Amino acid sequence: MSLSALAVAGGGSLAACGTPAAEQTTESCVSEDLSATEKVVNWSNWPAYIDRAFVERDGEDVNISPTLQDFEQSSGITVHYTADVNDNVEFFEKVRNQLAACETTERDLFVLTDWMAARMLDLGWLQKLDHANLPNVEANLAASLRAPAWDKNRDYSVPWQSGLTGIAYNADLTDEVRSFEELMTRSDLNGQITLLTEMRDTMLFMLLITGGDPEDFSDDEWGTALERLQQAVEDGHVRKFTGNNYLQDLTSGNIAACEAWSGDVILTQFDNPNIKFVVPEEGLALWSDNMVVPNKATHKTNAEKLMDYYYDPTVAATVSAWVNYICPVSGAREAMEKVDRSLVDNPLIFPDEAMLAQTSSFMSLDETTARRYETDFQQVSGG
Amino acid sequence: MTTLTRTPGDETAEDPGTPGGRGRWTGYLLLLPGALWLVLFFAVPIGSLVSTSLYDPTGTLETGYRFAFDVGNYIDAISTYAPEFGRSLLYAGLATIFALLLGYPLAYAISFKAGRWKNLLLVLVIAPFFTSFLIRTLSWKLILADQGWVVDSLKFLHVPLSNGRLLDTPVAVITGLTYNFLPFMVLPLYASLEKIDHRLIEAAGDLYASPFQGFRKVTLPLSMPGVVAGTLLTFIPAAGDFINKELLGSPQQSMIGNRIQGLFESGSYPAASALSVTLMVLIVVMVIAYIRRAGTEDLL
Repeated sequence: MSLSALAVAGGGSLAACGTPAAEQTTESCVSEDLSATEKVVNWSNWPAYIDRAFVERDGEDVNISPTLQDFEQSSGITVHYTADVNDNVEFFEKVRNQLAACETTERDLFVLTDWMAARMLDLGWLQKLDHANLPNVEANLAASLRAPAWDKNRDYSVPWQSGLTGIAYNADLTDEVRSFEELMTRSDLNGQITLLTEMRDTMLFMLLITGGDPEDFSDDEWGTALERLQQAVEDGHVRKFTGNNYLQDLTSGNIAACEAWSGDVILTQFDNPNIKFVVPEEGLALWSDNMVVPNKATHKTNAEKLMDYYYDPTVAATVSAWVNYICPVSGAREAMEKVDRSLVDNPLIFPDEAMLAQTSSFMSLDETTARRYETDFQQVSGG
Repeated sequence: MTTLTRTPGDETAEDPGTPGGRGRWTGYLLLLPGALWLVLFFAVPIGSLVSTSLYDPTGTLETGYRFAFDVGNYIDAISTYAPEFGRSLLYAGLATIFALLLGYPLAYAISFKAGRWKNLLLVLVIAPFFTSFLIRTLSWKLILADQGWVVDSLKFLHVPLSNGRLLDTPVAVITGLTYNFLPFMVLPLYASLEKIDHRLIEAAGDLYASPFQGFRKVTLPLSMPGVVAGTLLTFIPAAGDFINKELLGSPQQSMIGNRIQGLFESGSYPAASALSVTLMVLIVVMVIAYIRRAGTEDLL
């Protein structure tokens, strides 16, 4: 992009050019692994998505992650941990130019939500993982997460944490909201609800309440679901579409209920027990954030060791006790007994099999359809 | 920029003695850093933007985009997003008017009445800039909250509010825009009011002008460059703003900036670029028309 831009300006006129294809293959983009000689791994994760502790170092309080420190000591690998993934799309834009041109992003490990990880996989931007280096993952990865549609054998991705999309409400302001249908229609909630700007999260439920199957729907069903949403927006029933910031509105009373992510709600409940999370009657939207290794990352083996370390049940329980999302590691529930007993029976961290059986996920879309749907959705959400 | 009456090669009195000497190149050398900056950070991005806006919109990242001179992008963008263009201009226009109504008396008071408090007051005008734009806009969410004191007071006074709220309405968005760009109105107004020779106003009084007539016939015309600069500095960024709608508005208040951001995020780069170019052209045309009408061409 930037090179073509220079070419345009350099010529002083609008030269007839475009952008090259961004798709890469294992032949077109070969990565080297320097893990044997360079004992480092560069990891990009979301903010507040790992265990934390304050320790005193050189007379100053510093914020560290005990599990990361333990990994560094036991493996001899230095981890450069950066919390610079704030938003899937934004992060995609950050690394797009490098990955499209098969250049290094200076990162060995990203954490991305399913659909974005799938998009990068489709573009050929991810390196295949070596399962020989992942014995803990092989042994402990939760059964429900072993074969997502977009990466059947988990050849390219390992879940970091999972979560549920559901409904949160403020019990001070309204009665229990049991279903998405109720959220979208109850008259006392008019102008008092928000939905998520993530197209897949919101449209999954819109499809469910208009009779579509989010895992396999037609253009017509998409149209019906979107029309229903548009009606609700025009009527002023939906007040706003939000990213991660819906909880302020919910706790301050600007809204009474909203579409929400489970872990955020559990965290807020510590301060405000009146904020409740509901798994909607229509079904459960389960998603994962996945660890992936991008092309040209030069420390793949180190990254695999790190992934494997976090699939030790005790380590996984320690992280889950902090981030409060669904733990993808089986055996972590037993380990949680020692870490934090109060969380052992929390179904939003350790859901039971019956709960997981009702899971719906969003159909995987090719680039052109995804863009059309995203644009349609934004027309309605005003983004 | 004032009109250049001399071409750079022109040797006149100010370039003494050394015809063809080093002096004639000094000007160009001094221009070099600025010109380089302009080329790199203005000309190149604009070129890239314009060419992206003409790409074949059926391209994707996977296959790459092809330059197709596709003017259809513009037709689509303008016909689909006409309401957002209208809303952006309306909100920005209203915010500019409110900023002028608030800013003019303030600048006038600082310039004419503040005495030794002048510098302190000026610092106070700029002080909000010490906090981030985002934090300042988020604070308005607290002020205008449904259960905040502003809404409570208005309800107590039986002021009718649409849906019984202020947040996520046009009022909140325009308030945010006015607040955020107010200093850009006050500072140029202050600068031009400060330059006014007070003896002219006294003279108006001596000629039996009432204080109001004096203001209308002397002060106001002399402060016009400040009014024009202030309105432009408020209107232009306000028309392209997206944060205020994002934080203080609902989907019904979508401005063109929000649409550009959304299209960019969904990967519709040609459409996003076409909207950006259209907004830019629209604003340039309006600014030129405005300056012609206001009769202060010296500003450009």
